[in-house]
Amino acid sequence: MSAAGMNAGGSKAGSLIGKSMPRLEDKALLRGTARFIDDINLPGMLHVAFLRSGFAHARIERIDCAAARALPGVHAVLTLDDLKPLLTTPYLVVALPSPHFKLDLHRPALADGEVRHVGEPIAAVVADSRYIAEDALALIEVDYDPLPAVADCRAALQPGADLSHADQPHNLVAELRTEFGDIEQAFAKAAHISRADLWVHRGGGHSMECRGDVAIYDDVQDHLTLYSSTQAPHAAMQQLAKILGRPETGLRVITPDVGGGFGPKLIFYPEDVVVSCAALLLKRPVKWVEDRRENFIATTQERDQYWSMEIAVDDQARILGLRGEMLHDHGAYTARGLNVAYGSAHTVVMPYEVPAYDLNIKLAVTNKVPVTPVRGAGQPQGAFAMERLLDVVAQEMGLDRAEVRRRNLVRAEDMPRSKPIVTRGGIDVVLDSGDLPAAQADVLRAADWDGFKARQRAALAEGRYIGLGLANFVEATGRGPFEPATVRVDITGRISVMTGAAAMGQSTKSMLAQLVADQLGVSMQQIEAITGDTARIALGIGGFNSRQTVMAGSSAHLAAKAIREKMIKIVGHRFNAVEEELAVADGRVFVANDPERGMSFGEIAQAVAGLPGYVLPPGVSAGLEATEYFTQDAMAYTNGAAVAEVEVDVETGDVRVHRLILSHDCGQQINPMIVDGQLMGGIAHGLGNALFERMGFDDQAQPVTTNYGEYLLVGAGEMPEVSLLHRSSPTPLNPLGLKGVGEAGVIPTPAAIASAIEDALSPFGVRICQAPIAPQEILSLIEAARQNADANPAPLAAGMR
Amino acid sequence: MSETRSISLTVNGRAVAADVEVRLTLADFLRQNLRLTGTHLGCEHGVCGACTILLDGRSARSCLMLAVQANGHAITTVEGLAPNAEQMHPLQIAFQEQHALQCGFCTPGMLTTLTELLRDNPDPSAAQVREAISGNLCRCTGYNSIVDATLQAAKKLREGVPG
Amino acid sequence: MKPPPFAYHAPSSLNEALQLLGRLENARVLAGGQSLMPMLNMRFAQPDHVVDINGITDLAYIRREGMMLEIGALTRQRDIEFSPLIAEACPLLREAILQVGHRQTRNRGTLGGSLCHLDPAAEMAAVAAIYGAELVIAGPQGQRTAAFAEFALDYMTTCLAPEEMLVAVRYPLWPAESGYCFIEYARRHGDFAIVSAGVLLRADASGRISQASLALGGVGAVPLKLDAIAAELIGKAGSPAVFATMAEACGDIDAMEDALITATYRRQLAKTLLRRALETAYARATGQPLPRHAQHRAA
Ligand SMILES: Cc1cc2nc3c(=O)[nH]c(=O)nc-3n(C[C@H](O)[C@H](O)[C@H](O)COP(=O)(O)OP(=O)(O)OC[C@H]3O[C@@H](n4cnc5c(N)ncnc54)[C@H](O)[C@@H]3O)c2cc1C
Ligand code: FES
Ligand code: FES
Repeated sequence: MSAAGMNAGGSKAGSLIGKSMPRLEDKALLRGTARFIDDINLPGMLHVAFLRSGFAHARIERIDCAAARALPGVHAVLTLDDLKPLLTTPYLVVALPSPHFKLDLHRPALADGEVRHVGEPIAAVVADSRYIAEDALALIEVDYDPLPAVADCRAALQPGADLSHADQPHNLVAELRTEFGDIEQAFAKAAHISRADLWVHRGGGHSMECRGDVAIYDDVQDHLTLYSSTQAPHAAMQQLAKILGRPETGLRVITPDVGGGFGPKLIFYPEDVVVSCAALLLKRPVKWVEDRRENFIATTQERDQYWSMEIAVDDQARILGLRGEMLHDHGAYTARGLNVAYGSAHTVVMPYEVPAYDLNIKLAVTNKVPVTPVRGAGQPQGAFAMERLLDVVAQEMGLDRAEVRRRNLVRAEDMPRSKPIVTRGGIDVVLDSGDLPAAQADVLRAADWDGFKARQRAALAEGRYIGLGLANFVEATGRGPFEPATVRVDITGRISVMTGAAAMGQSTKSMLAQLVADQLGVSMQQIEAITGDTARIALGIGGFNSRQTVMAGSSAHLAAKAIREKMIKIVGHRFNAVEEELAVADGRVFVANDPERGMSFGEIAQAVAGLPGYVLPPGVSAGLEATEYFTQDAMAYTNGAAVAEVEVDVETGDVRVHRLILSHDCGQQINPMIVDGQLMGGIAHGLGNALFERMGFDDQAQPVTTNYGEYLLVGAGEMPEVSLLHRSSPTPLNPLGLKGVGEAGVIPTPAAIASAIEDALSPFGVRICQAPIAPQEILSLIEAARQNADANPAPLAAGMR
Repeated sequence: MSETRSISLTVNGRAVAADVEVRLTLADFLRQNLRLTGTHLGCEHGVCGACTILLDGRSARSCLMLAVQANGHAITTVEGLAPNAEQMHPLQIAFQEQHALQCGFCTPGMLTTLTELLRDNPDPSAAQVREAISGNLCRCTGYNSIVDATLQAAKKLREGVPG
Repeated sequence: MKPPPFAYHAPSSLNEALQLLGRLENARVLAGGQSLMPMLNMRFAQPDHVVDINGITDLAYIRREGMMLEIGALTRQRDIEFSPLIAEACPLLREAILQVGHRQTRNRGTLGGSLCHLDPAAEMAAVAAIYGAELVIAGPQGQRTAAFAEFALDYMTTCLAPEEMLVAVRYPLWPAESGYCFIEYARRHGDFAIVSAGVLLRADASGRISQASLALGGVGAVPLKLDAIAAELIGKAGSPAVFATMAEACGDIDAMEDALITATYRRQLAKTLLRRALETAYARATGQPLPRHAQHRAA
């Protein structure tokens, strides 16, 4: 570490890290001058509307677009046949590779003769306005031959089940097994075995901004630009290159301001292809902005899983082994891969010492919207499974729920703790750092866990049912291999940082600027952060898996550090000073005790910008620009614990969450304010998953919740008081010790709330085995428990623990 | 092509006259015709609140109004909240300070709704703030920072501090 | 989600509006737009003509004549919320209106629109049922009146002919000392209720109930007036036990079932909410402290 920065007047690198700095993004957003996808308006722009299947499964006998094409203002009506001349393949081949696939279920760009979920795009109208495009939709005639629809992933795998794809042999898209240790032995020697059958239901990402594309074709340059509200612009560009058969140099994907991602926007969609093709065909700018109804039926969703689990423990409630089956609803197509199921399987065993594990996972194809990650990506389900099981163990063994967990959590002194599993990319899973027992202790203390029993009894005496629930979690963050960043200082002294990372509302630009400013001793406002533009940096992976701060942040930090060192070297050479004598501040590098002797950033950039015939300073390469591909293969594991306090109205089934306490450890925080914001958003989402959000389908796989009156997002009135507690165990995996934080809040929250409801209802002996749980279901559970108690009075008495 | 009408109205203090299709929503008129794209569309069925504007000072969903219905009225959008190009409204300042926005998509509707609240009730309780924004969905923030920001702005406004 | 094409008419008088409605085929009245506009955006409604009545400002008023409160159909829900007259003379209506949507929707939404839209869970419909409100309807032949029970025919269906309009609602007021309560259960603040219960009652000096009117919203296609229960209450001294027994009678009402909510749950809610509403209304009628569930809500 150089002493340079510590001189008087100079900036100390590292001084900005860990400070709650105001964000660069805010001003434009607050004034309404930000530019989201739908804010892009270009001369001559045309507008697209999609005709979507109203059937969950049907053969298309005929599409007649003649009347729609004849409507004034309509420029084209496109079906798959119209696109085929432009495509190398009609299918979006996007699956992450895996040897476990049994079926290839690639999505067509537009329906290929059979539609497999309600909302699948069949045809696209391109018109002068969205209004006219929608008028034309009504004029397209489609003859459907309805086929039996598979609405339930359990039914999908029954013998003789209807087929989700008429041309496939069965509905089992993949089967995988995660196993280690001697599971037979674990169960053979168990002092106690507990069981649980669990269900976690489907919801959506529900970014407030829906998806959207604006495609612009420049036929002079034969170049296509796609503005897309995507979390992964480079991936979109690569997919476009493949499916359109165009060189990457003839393509540019730009992410404008994005109104939230939460997972579904990382996917490459049929609409992205169709809008691009429309621009190529019509040689006019073309815009499509998804409306909310489309968002409910065409944007990917997640979480449907059925778990059937057994846990073996010794007489001290120490875990010996876990085994079971999990059934995962894959939806109608492979829009991403097997990653969600993997994530769920791993999450189960991460926080605890589990000597043996055997989980068999089946992924079933259904006639529902494809499943891909939504904030949490399988991890909330895994946490739900494990935490519910541990509550059952505690209850059946008459132990305190926290104590059962304490005995099983991975201990701080055992870190790093390697787990006998590998990621879907084949990388060893090692819990790199953290103190899980301490995190649990933090939330217990804050919740007055020990004093709660008395409060609960007092409340019950007034007829109020309150309960406390606990859940631990580990979140896999910072998925590798890399996310590059380039830092550049130009000859005017302006600093920019460019990355493949995509900003979707999670403060990525501020994060990058803060890290660069920290190294270069300037204010964040002096840095232009450019995200999500494939023309600015060759490679990029994008925003998901709580990875960008870890990966792009580390790269930006290293690149800025390289620039700092290079500037010091150049100025040191010019003024014959050694590094220790130099300071970096106010956009200059100078001799600390003789500030006149120094150069501005612009002058330094000029010095290495190259003058014809003049030599560069010795030992210095050309240009004041550095690109880093910080590479981290292993994931950095964030951990924490949550306690929820609820009150249940046993006459209406209403659950009020009074308080939520979350402790978490994401290692070194760059901007604590932003960390808190991420956690709060995740908690709100988790609260939705616990109690409100339910993407319903009927038995013909018709969605029954397609507006915000039916699908309930948490509102301001539903949010409880939240306390956030922080620990910091920097990961050894990257230079700043960063771990991700974007999904932490959503992972333990449903499990903690379910646990709290169960606790509140302990006088009845009710078990909560699903998320979300609706008031009417709570009442039926209470009713069933009452009837059970009438038949057999013992459990009711035992219910009051 | 559906029928068109001439309308004249005031938008953020400026007089505006235009010919509009009668079926054009007020939100689309503001966004497309006037290029005031700060007003966002998050649902177009009246639930999310992202499109909230002030109609003669009162909050309203601009996705649930026709542009022709704004004829003769005064509209304020998020672009019209700040006193000038340099200064921001106390609510805007508080939103930044309290990190009451992340992606910022819901923010314009929050700000317009809360502008009305603080005008009608300069000293709201936290519960009243929650109630006021109960018709505004936000997926990013979990709302609590928005409540804090509103209380902070209310205090500043009561003290007469411009921000 | 953009509205389909239609012709637009903005009459400035009731007569003009009625003429338009009489002349035009497939015309739809546009009031506050808080229900019609979403239906237009989703193209669930495809009228050829939209008759915007927002310019008929003399349809927006609140006035009292003796024991009759009359509210013009175009009166905004917001104006009902903030009317001192209503707070004093018709507190049940005020308590109910606070549970209709959100500030932004009440600023635009009208009383008439809510009644004509006739969502099964609409608070305004339940209140009209409880009061036995009289609806003033104007048509080409002049004005007629209909009792709410005749007006609300079926699921989102009123007795209005296509060329008719609702112009006003008349509520026969109850004496100031009457007890009232309107409560509902909705998943989130501002949502349409799953079930609501409204009660008006009076008690004599000894605490015996002398008059009562009750209704449930959200249970059936139209608000369900509980006249038999109301009749049984007369002469009884209110007590939790009495109200519990009375509410138990909702256990076998005919309740709707839809894709999201079971009939059983609606019945369970009906029982609970009716009992709670009775307790609160009775406490108010007799000047007793409010029950805990009511205090909880006020907090
Ligand atoms: C987010 C949200 C939440 C809501 N929550 C609730 C709630 O909790 N409870 C509730 O009751 N409502 C709720 N609503 C609906 C709201 O109350 C509407 O205002 C009301 O249903 C319709 O009134 P309107 O004036 O907006 O009528 P419009 O939408 O203009 O019209 C509704 C219907 O009535 C007809 N109509 C209107 N006025 C007349 C008239 N005078 N004569 C003849 N026909 C007429 C129209 O043709 C149309 O068919 C909510 C709406 C939204 C957007
Ligand atoms: S866009 Fe208007 S309320 Fe959602
Ligand atoms: S800040 Fe993203 S929706 Fe509110």
